[in-house]
Amino acid sequence: MNTLVPFIPFLPLIGFAINGLFGNRLSKNAVGMIGSGVLLLSLLLTVACFNQLASGGAIQVNLYPFLAVDNLRINFGFLIDQLSVWMMLIVTGVGFLIHVYSIGYMHDDAGFYKFFAYLNLFIFSMLLLIMGDNFVMLFFGWEGVGLCSYLLIGFWYENREYGKAARKAFIMNRIGDLGLLLGIFLIYRTFGSLDYGVVFGQLQTGTFDHSVITTICVLLFIGAMGKSAQIPLYTWLPDAMAGPTPVSALIHAATMVTAGVYLVARCNGMYSLSHEASSFVATIGLATSLLAALIGLRQNDIKKVLAYSTVSQLGLMFLALGMGAYTTAIFHVTTHAFFKALLFLAAGSVIHGLGGEQDIRNMGGLRKHMPITFWVFLIGTFAISGFPFLAGFFSKDEIFAYTFAHGGPIWWAMGATSALLTAVYMCRLFYVTFFGNFRGTHEQEHHMHESPLVMTLPLMLLAALSVVGGFLNTPHFMHLGEGQWLAHWFAGNGLNNAPVIPMAELHLEESTEWTLMLVTTGLVLLVLAAFYFLYQNTRNLPVSDSAQAGVTKVLAHKFYIDEMYDFLFVQPMERLSKLFHYYVDVWFIDGVVNNIGSVIQGFGAYVRKLQNGNIEYYLIGMVAGAVLLVLSMYF
Amino acid sequence: MLEIIQTVPIEYYVYLSSVLFCIGVFGVLVRRNAIVVLMCIELMLNAVNLLLAAFSTYLSDGQGQIMVFFIMVVAAAEAAVGLGILVMVYRNTKSTDISLLDKIRN
Repeated sequence: MNTLVPFIPFLPLIGFAINGLFGNRLSKNAVGMIGSGVLLLSLLLTVACFNQLASGGAIQVNLYPFLAVDNLRINFGFLIDQLSVWMMLIVTGVGFLIHVYSIGYMHDDAGFYKFFAYLNLFIFSMLLLIMGDNFVMLFFGWEGVGLCSYLLIGFWYENREYGKAARKAFIMNRIGDLGLLLGIFLIYRTFGSLDYGVVFGQLQTGTFDHSVITTICVLLFIGAMGKSAQIPLYTWLPDAMAGPTPVSALIHAATMVTAGVYLVARCNGMYSLSHEASSFVATIGLATSLLAALIGLRQNDIKKVLAYSTVSQLGLMFLALGMGAYTTAIFHVTTHAFFKALLFLAAGSVIHGLGGEQDIRNMGGLRKHMPITFWVFLIGTFAISGFPFLAGFFSKDEIFAYTFAHGGPIWWAMGATSALLTAVYMCRLFYVTFFGNFRGTHEQEHHMHESPLVMTLPLMLLAALSVVGGFLNTPHFMHLGEGQWLAHWFAGNGLNNAPVIPMAELHLEESTEWTLMLVTTGLVLLVLAAFYFLYQNTRNLPVSDSAQAGVTKVLAHKFYIDEMYDFLFVQPMERLSKLFHYYVDVWFIDGVVNNIGSVIQGFGAYVRKLQNGNIEYYLIGMVAGAVLLVLSMYF
Repeated sequence: MLEIIQTVPIEYYVYLSSVLFCIGVFGVLVRRNAIVVLMCIELMLNAVNLLLAAFSTYLSDGQGQIMVFFIMVVAAAEAAVGLGILVMVYRNTKSTDISLLDKIRN
C-alpha cells in the first residue's frame, strides 16, 4: 500500500500533464475521461488507505529529502492519518463528481482541455497540502492551490473584470500567506523542526513560552484568514465567482477555502494550549459569519448569494475551532462540502439552462422547467438551513452546542442568529428562483432546458450525500446507534501514538442540548414556512438596483467594504506607484541611463572618424604606434 | 663554417636586418599596389628571419633557426591567403590598388 500512496497526488499531476500538453489534440470526450479518470483512481486509492487506517496506525511515506541545510531537514514526505485521509476523501470524492459535472457544463467552451488541466493541477496541489507531513509541504500545496485558484477565476480572461477578480484573489491571499510563512518560521525557531511528528510530539512533552505559542497560532490563523476568506481578507471570495461555476463549487466552496480549517485542526494541539488565540479565532469566525450572512440577504446574483453563504459557513467553522470543537469544524467542512457543492452545481445547472443568466430577478418559476435541478436545490437549501436530519442540521447543531458550553448564551445567540440568517437568504434565493412566474426574456424561456445526465447525475449523488451526510456524527444525546462516529474516528491514534484530534468535552445536560436544538430548529422551520408565503407575493420580490434604498442599499453594496478598501489601500497604493513611476523610474533611472547613452554616442561621433576604411591610414597608425612603443623603452 | 660567419661582426647583421625591415615598412606604407605591399611584408619577415638565424649561430643555439622555419611556413600560408584575396579583388575591381578597398567599409 505504501508504495501506492504517492500515486494519490501524482495521478492528477499526470492528468494535468497529459491534458495540458496534448489536450488540444485530443477529443473532448478523451480529455474529460482522462481528467475525471485519474481522480477516480485517486479516490479508489484513498478508499484503500482509509480501509488500512481503520485497522492500523498512521501511514508515513518518505519519498526523498527535499532540502537539507545545516540542522534543517525537510522531506518530501506524506502523512496519512485519520484527519488527512478524511480530507482526501472529500477532495477526491467531491472533486470527482465536479469533474464529471464539468464535462457537461464546459462542453461548449473553447478552453475545455485547459480547464481540465487546471482542475487536475488544483487537485494535485490540494492533495499535497493535505498529505504533506511537514509545514513546508503544506506551504507548497497552499501556494499551489492559490495559483490554480487564480488561473481558474481568470479562466475567461478576455473579460477585464474577471482578470481583476483573479488578481484580487491572488493578492489578498498573498497577504495571508505572509502570516502563514512567518508562523512557519517561528515554529522552526521554537521547535527546531518543521515535521508534524516532531513539532506536535514536543508540544505534548515539553513546556513552551505561552506568548510564543499564541503568536504562532495567530500567525497561522492570519494565513487561514486569507485562504478561508475571513474578516478582513474575505472580499476576494465573492469576486472569485467570476470563474466557471464548477470552479466555484470545487475550489471556492468545497475544498480550497477549507484549507484554513484544516490548518487549524491539524495544529489543534497548539491552539488548545492558547486560550487567547482560540478566542481570537472564534471572534473573527463569528463576526465573519454574521457580516457575510447579512450581506447575503440582499444579493441578487445567484452565485454571489452562495459565495457570501460560503463565507458565513466558513465563519461558523472557525467559531467551532475557536471553541475547541475541532472535530465539529471538520464535520461541518464535510457536510458543507456536500451541500455547498450541490448548491453551486445546481446554480450552474440553472445558469446553463438559461444561457448564462445569473440575476435571480430575471428568473422565477424554474420549478416546472428544471425538475431535477429544482429538487436537488431544495435538498441543498434545506440541508444548509438545518432542516431536521439533513446534513447541515447535525453539524450546525453541534457547533452551537459547543458555543453554548464554552462561550455562553450570548455567543450562542449570535451564532444562532447567523444560522437563522442562513435560512433567510437561502429561502429568498430558492423561492425567488424556482417559484412564481418566469421574469426573463421570451427567448430565454423558449430555450430553457433541463441539464444533461452527465450534469444531473453528480447533482443527485451530492443530494444523496447531503441527506445522509449528517449521520456521520450524530450527537450522543439522540442515542442513534453508537453516535459520534466521526469524533471517534479522529480520536484514533495517529502520529506519536497520540489521538489526531482528542475527543472534545461537552459538559451540558441532555435536556439543555435538546432545548438548544429545538429552539434553533424551530426557528429555522418557521423561516422556511414563512418565506414560502412571503415570496408568493410579487410585491416582495427583490427590487431593481435603482429602486434600492436604506438598509437594502447598504446590504446590496456589501456595507461598502470594497469601496472602503479601495479608498484606504488600493488608491493610496496606486498614487504611490504613480509617484514612483514618474520620479524614480522615468525621471531618475531612465534619465541616468539615457544620459550615459548620449554621452557615449557623442564621444563615438568623434572617434568614428578614425575608422575611415583607408588601409594606408591604418598602417601608418600601426607603424607610428610601434615606433612610439620602441621609443618609450628609451625615454 | 661557423668561423666564416663569425668573421662578420654581429652588429652588421643587425644593421642589415634593420635596413631591410625599414625598406619593408616604407614599402607597405607608400606603395598602393597590393602585390608590392605583400612583397614588402615578406621583406620584413625575412629581415627578422635573418636576424634570428644570425643570433642563433652566434649563441650556438638551434632554437632561433627552428623559429625561422616556423616563420617561413606562416609567411607562405599568409602569402597564399593574401594572393587568393587579391585574385578575388582583382576580378571584381580590375585593379590591385589597395586604396580602392575602402569601398567595403559600407
